[in-house]
Amino acid sequence: MQDVVLALLSKEPSHGYDLRQRLVTALGPLGETLNAGQIYVTLTRLEKAGLVVQEREDAPMRGPRRKVYALTAAGQERVAAWMAESAGPRADVAEFHLKLVAAAESGLADPLALVDARRRELMRSLAEAQHAALAHDTDSEAGLLLEGIALRLQADLRWLEACERAWSARAPRGEGKGNG
Amino acid sequence: MKRVVPRVTGRSLHSDTDESPGWGPAGHRPAGVAGPALRAVGLTRVYGEDESLVWAVDGVDLDVPAGQTLAVTGPSGCGKSTLLQLLGGLDRPTEGEVWLGGRRIDHLGERALARLRRRSVGFVFQAYHLMHELSAAQNVELPALLAGASPRAARRRAAELLQQVGLAGRARHLPSELSGGQRQRVAVARALANDPLVVLADEPTGNLDSAATRDILRLFDELRAAGQTLVMVTHDERVAATADRVVSMRDGTLADDTRLDGDGRGTRHGHGGGTGLGALLRWED
Repeated sequence: MQDVVLALLSKEPSHGYDLRQRLVTALGPLGETLNAGQIYVTLTRLEKAGLVVQEREDAPMRGPRRKVYALTAAGQERVAAWMAESAGPRADVAEFHLKLVAAAESGLADPLALVDARRRELMRSLAEAQHAALAHDTDSEAGLLLEGIALRLQADLRWLEACERAWSARAPRGEGKGNG
Repeated sequence: MKRVVPRVTGRSLHSDTDESPGWGPAGHRPAGVAGPALRAVGLTRVYGEDESLVWAVDGVDLDVPAGQTLAVTGPSGCGKSTLLQLLGGLDRPTEGEVWLGGRRIDHLGERALARLRRRSVGFVFQAYHLMHELSAAQNVELPALLAGASPRAARRRAAELLQQVGLAGRARHLPSELSGGQRQRVAVARALANDPLVVLADEPTGNLDSAATRDILRLFDELRAAGQTLVMVTHDERVAATADRVVSMRDGTLADDTRLDGDGRGTRHGHGGGTGLGALLRWED
């Protein structure tokens, strides 16, 4: 959550309401679990950690004043590191999805390059799971677990195909940085 | 999707591997041949004409070292089957070169090419392509006989191969008396009859259930251990995951190239932060 918020702020300074709208759009029905206060809690924590600063306060014609946050140098470093690091073997779908959204939005990374890196990572895990699965009887306890793990990794890889198609359509490969 | 003119520049191949030429386990085959077992240079296959040109394969460069098992994946229509047919001399490229065991094959005459295919390439197809009126053993003997082996030698070789694929007891059965998985094992045995330089398999498990798929994958694993060079086209990630290396095709070009075999046999993990299967577990007290 912190990393996603930081990434969304790297394009331009923004306020909590805006950030929340962006997350709700990206998450669809899953965003309903994101309660209204969550984003402000996150922003406060990030500010305490020195990763964002309050840049100014906007006073719209109607409604409450809005604190506009911007990234600090430390915040920029942290976002860059997050973009560069692999999602890890247990990353879930929503987590990686938000990373792709944030990458495209911020222009910090090419979503398609992230998809490629993730595919390699998952293929290597699947290679291990599949070799282990072939070496175990499907009816054994260990074999049953390995079957489940291999099927889940396969499902993740199939979803990546869909990601590749969708993000390719948004930002054709070989055309600039792909941050459409 | 097959790409239609006008052409756009395809994504260039990028790989996270840093292999030097000739990496990977050296197979015992092909004897005395330097360089890759299979090589494609600028391989291109265009269908249609004028307004409706389709680049099914578009400038593919690929080296398959002897002893490597390679999986080619990608969405349907990406050109992976066409690539396999070009590599095996079943189709001819519009442009580019195919080298098999150090010999250029794309410009050979029909007869020379047919002879080469018979001796040096073993094909496995999704739909088995066995001869219905011949027994399992006769199907396996056929390529050896066509290549000039004596009936006795062909029979002995077929018996040996059927034993290897676990079908010694089914030698006299007709294909119609065998299950899909058994038919495909016969087809694998047939592909090996002439001790080919490469085995090319197009969706070898495409018609099989999960148990029969396991049998075929175990068989491929034995071939790999024996140093057989194998290229398979598959859309099944779990099948691809058993290979030493996976290349992904998109619109006729190679989009990605990933090694799965570690630094050699026996070490299957340890790259790019891979931490083994245990990393998939989340232990909580």
